[in-house]
Amino acid sequence: MNSLYGPVDPAPDAGYTDAPPRMGFFTDTSVCIGCKACEVACKEWNAVPDDGFDLLGMSYDNTGGLSANTWRHVAFVEQAAPSPAAMDVLREAESTVSTQFLGMPSTTLPGATGREGRDLRWLMMSNVCKHCTHAACLDVCPTGSLFRTEYGTVVVQEDICNGCGYCVPACPYGVIDRREDDGRAWKCTLCYDRIGEGMTPACAQACPTQSIQYGELDELRERAAERVEVLHQRGVTEAKLYGHDPNDGVGGDGAFFLLLDEPEVYGLPPDPVVTTRDLPSMWKHAGVAALSMAAAAVVAFLGRRP
Amino acid sequence: MTKPDRAAHQSDKRVRGGKGDRVMVPPAEFRSYYGRPIVKAPVWTHDISAYFFTGGLAAGSALLAAGADLTDRPALRATGRLTALAALGASAYFLIVDLGRPSRFINMLRVAKPTSPMSMGTWIFSAFGAAAGVAAAAEAAPYLPRRGALGLAARALPTVGRAGGLAAAALAPAMATYTAVLISDTATPAWHEAYPRLPFVFAGSALASGGAAGLIGAPTAQAGPARTLAVAGAAMELTATHGVEHRMGLLSEPYRTGKAGKLLRAARVLTAAGAVGALLGSRSRTVSALAGGALLAGSLATRLGVFEAGLASAEDPKYTVVPQRERLGA
Repeated sequence: MNSLYGPVDPAPDAGYTDAPPRMGFFTDTSVCIGCKACEVACKEWNAVPDDGFDLLGMSYDNTGGLSANTWRHVAFVEQAAPSPAAMDVLREAESTVSTQFLGMPSTTLPGATGREGRDLRWLMMSNVCKHCTHAACLDVCPTGSLFRTEYGTVVVQEDICNGCGYCVPACPYGVIDRREDDGRAWKCTLCYDRIGEGMTPACAQACPTQSIQYGELDELRERAAERVEVLHQRGVTEAKLYGHDPNDGVGGDGAFFLLLDEPEVYGLPPDPVVTTRDLPSMWKHAGVAALSMAAAAVVAFLGRRP
Repeated sequence: MTKPDRAAHQSDKRVRGGKGDRVMVPPAEFRSYYGRPIVKAPVWTHDISAYFFTGGLAAGSALLAAGADLTDRPALRATGRLTALAALGASAYFLIVDLGRPSRFINMLRVAKPTSPMSMGTWIFSAFGAAAGVAAAAEAAPYLPRRGALGLAARALPTVGRAGGLAAAALAPAMATYTAVLISDTATPAWHEAYPRLPFVFAGSALASGGAAGLIGAPTAQAGPARTLAVAGAAMELTATHGVEHRMGLLSEPYRTGKAGKLLRAARVLTAAGAVGALLGSRSRTVSALAGGALLAGSLATRLGVFEAGLASAEDPKYTVVPQRERLGA
């Protein structure tokens, strides 16, 4: 049985010998321009069905969140700009691509330059399955459909899944979901079919600003730490990493983020803990309750022999 | 590092909570992404809460039947065994129809996985079901001919039935409580927080419903132990549910408000009335049966209420964000 909690390397912990390095995503939201190329590329490559035409009235987000039919989701948050430094970083990212043609969100007049009169900012974040070190979805799956790959990622085998739905409420991030017309659970595979061939996952491949970076997790963590350092030096003191720490409640995420506000603002839990951490204690409590039940039965019958 | 919130847009809205019937915790302030849920609510329907009831009823009646068998109470034994069989049939139905792919229910038996309470539960259910099924089949013995192969079966059945009944009784406490572990082992805030208490709610509810079946199905002369079990179970159920409703701070709120609050209040009235009826009605079959009906309804309402509270706690991001923020602040 694999360990339920604490910092471990998940592939060897799951029994792989000579596992390749753990692979993952570093999503740097400070350079996300909200183009949704990742959403589209993911759907195209993985043949994920559409999720209906809904106008949600939430900024530029008409998808809402991750689901069985959305494995990359770009969140749009409009808020007051916290600092000129943060605006500079955002502007710099915008200047790396032509946003005019794409009709990207902007708060200035078309063609205008400078940050005069610009007092609000968009936070944009491409969300994805975290491929947790301790993945609750995988722990609770009763069929063995969910499994740990040699790259340390978590993947559903769709030919095994019987749609019991247990993984859905188990995920502390609300990622995995059951597809209604199909009955089975679906989520990001970190493009298991691509990375096995040495290719980059579709979303990272499509990202025009390198907001989504794919690679060996150890290297991504170093790169992310450097990026935060740079942002702090430039005055963006609110920049922080999320999901990078192997000592957090899920043993660290295989897909982690650089955020510019609190996690819950992006729809992420501020302190997720894998539910199975408490499983031994749950069984102990159930054991005491079960013994009480048996004791009650014994007393009920022995207490009054006919 | 948190900046003062000057955002005008609702994406940054602070939502006030705690508008319950009684304010046990200060109103919670938190931020969210357009007020959308963070964790996903279970995709299970009420089939699953109905199974929690029928599974508990099967466990309680199996325990009752084994005791009745050992202390020579044939009517109580038959009631327990047949109730367990019927409840098991209903359970299997509820469990299979709630799957996204019912035709693949057999995949549950592909692995035995200790980290998955549903996998453990499937094996407990299978073993318990087989044993309780054998015990129930033994009730057919008096109706078989005395001669021939069936006659041999008729003579062997009581012994086989006793063995099956005792095996079922040995598994019954696990059968009644694993479902509490199953729902606690999720990120659903109100369920996970309740993990030390829910097994007692479910064990009490199972005992009460099993005892109630005995009160309805057996004559008062044999129903003594059923009465004791029903009252003890009701007491355990009421006490543990009270803890869930009041001792978990903000995460008790989903159990006291909305649909869950209504169901659990109804459960309390029904269970308490059933327990009183069971105590007073020891000489009257009618009063006993009415008390049994109230206890069964109370047990069902408890399961439905617990289920609803979980859904409500998953759908409001407050219950995910505020306790986690408090943890980080501590």
